[in-house]
Amino acid sequence: MTAHPAPADDAPLLSVRGLTRRYGARVGCEGVAFDLWPGEVLGIVGESGSGKSTLLSCLAGHMAPDAGQVVFDGRDTVTMAEPERRRLARTDWAFVHQNPRDGLRMGVSAGGNVGERLMAIGARHYGAIRAQAVDWMGRVEIAADRVDDRPARFSGGMQQRLQIARNLVTGPRLVFMDEPTGGLDVSVQARLLDLLRGLVREMGLSAVIVTHDLAVVRLLADRLMVMKDGRVVEQGLTDQVLDDPQHAYTQLLVSSVLQA
Amino acid sequence: MTRDPAYNFAYLDESTKRMIRRAILKAVAVPGYQVPFASREMPMPYGWGTGGVQVTAACLTPDDTLKVIDQGADDTTNAVSIRRFFQRTAGIATTTATAEATIIQTRHRIPETPLREGQILVYQVPIPEPLRFLEPRETETRTMHALEDYGLMHVKLYEDIARHGAIATAYAYPVRVEGRYVMDPSPIPRFDNPKLSMNPALQLFGAGREQRIHALPPYTGVVSLDFEDHPFEPSKAPGACALCGSGTSYLDEVVTDDDGGRMFVCSDTDFCAARVAAGAADDSGAAPPPHPSPTRGEGGALGEAGASTAGPGATAGSLASPLPRGEGMGVGGLAVEDGA
Repeated sequence: MTAHPAPADDAPLLSVRGLTRRYGARVGCEGVAFDLWPGEVLGIVGESGSGKSTLLSCLAGHMAPDAGQVVFDGRDTVTMAEPERRRLARTDWAFVHQNPRDGLRMGVSAGGNVGERLMAIGARHYGAIRAQAVDWMGRVEIAADRVDDRPARFSGGMQQRLQIARNLVTGPRLVFMDEPTGGLDVSVQARLLDLLRGLVREMGLSAVIVTHDLAVVRLLADRLMVMKDGRVVEQGLTDQVLDDPQHAYTQLLVSSVLQA
Repeated sequence: MTRDPAYNFAYLDESTKRMIRRAILKAVAVPGYQVPFASREMPMPYGWGTGGVQVTAACLTPDDTLKVIDQGADDTTNAVSIRRFFQRTAGIATTTATAEATIIQTRHRIPETPLREGQILVYQVPIPEPLRFLEPRETETRTMHALEDYGLMHVKLYEDIARHGAIATAYAYPVRVEGRYVMDPSPIPRFDNPKLSMNPALQLFGAGREQRIHALPPYTGVVSLDFEDHPFEPSKAPGACALCGSGTSYLDEVVTDDDGGRMFVCSDTDFCAARVAAGAADDSGAAPPPHPSPTRGEGGALGEAGASTAGPGATAGSLASPLPRGEGMGVGGLAVEDGA
């Protein structure tokens, strides 16, 4: 929707090298390296405790890694100053939490939730902020007359869609998603995935999606990374990894899925 | 009143006053920034002005003339007891006339009479953190101040408009100081917000329970936050004062009987009494423009009213109820929190 200065085609949007985070003697994630190009969706799968969420927190700047580089658009976000990182976090980045309660302000109306990022980057015209909020609620299929309702009165699926609207309103270039469909029933999941796929295509977003649901990455992700015990054990194109898993753990993971 | 020799001058010991003065100096150097200080136990409960009293004690000299107001009134319990506290512990002169005072301690109002250079206005502050009810974590609010991350403040105003059609925040209206820190001006009505800006007097804010001091040096630019299409508007009850006829001063609503009878009178008793004494019942609407020159034509009249303290202002109090003025009245959203 917004025109960003397109980086050179041969430059990755996000480039990660040797990313390591330890919790004392335990390993959170170790030696993770990958490149993410503009418009690409990267899925990260693995079982609970495999370091997926730690990795995502380090990428999004919520947690400082012990070692390694995270270069976004030519700038190292690990070493950059806190104000600059926060500015990135509310303009070029978005973070969709698994639990919408973590990503929304439950005491603030839906319109206020969507408008917060706009106001944080300096929007000061109430009418324009509200119009944009209503527009974005329409895009995530929430009726415009709910704009003054608090998210506490929304269903789980609506809350998750509202969280997505709140994150995408500033036209970010990179979205981090932590199990965006977790805790939703399958029909709501399907609609949400449909919506996400549409938005990602339409806005040309790059995204990093952490999940343990292989169906989600099959639908959304272009490339896949499989993590186990904090390390990346296999990566490649999504279909390739899922249809022809090479690593023993990936084979186990793929064969664990119930065939409907 | 002569000073009670059992107390050190202005109650606090000298090292405490030095500590508070250091905090005040820092606050003046960084306008709008909340400076932590080691607030002491005072012989009054939190919520009665312990922060303001400590700041006043640290600023007082034997030559000072003190005025204490509570929601504009000189004769309420809170104002009277703080005034007597300093008469006893510091032996300083007191007054009710704004123009004669060198230090004015206030709870929830800025006097109508424009202040002048050399005066100090000390506010009693219950909660100094403007982001408190938006972000409960103190570590986070400090970071937000440090990084000028103030988008959340506008979310509150957005919610006001979404719910009420207009910015409904009537008191403790957030302001931005010199384009840097967002500050809570203590629960003054937003009618008083324009007087914060470019005020010739030094304005000090003391929060005793929260252990913070912040300040506005003289002639500091202060802007009330708003939206382009919903600009800030100072507001007051419509109409004119029933006693002095002023159409521009901030009004208190006073219930006069059990049959729904009510009247609106000036919240600033000294301003009202001076106008009545000067026979200015014609209401030329000539009440103060925000902040003109420090000298004003009514100076003489004000002095006169100060000399006879129990002027018509006292009448208003007795009309209301046995309650002290300003204590039991619902004044347009005021009176919810107490000055700390």
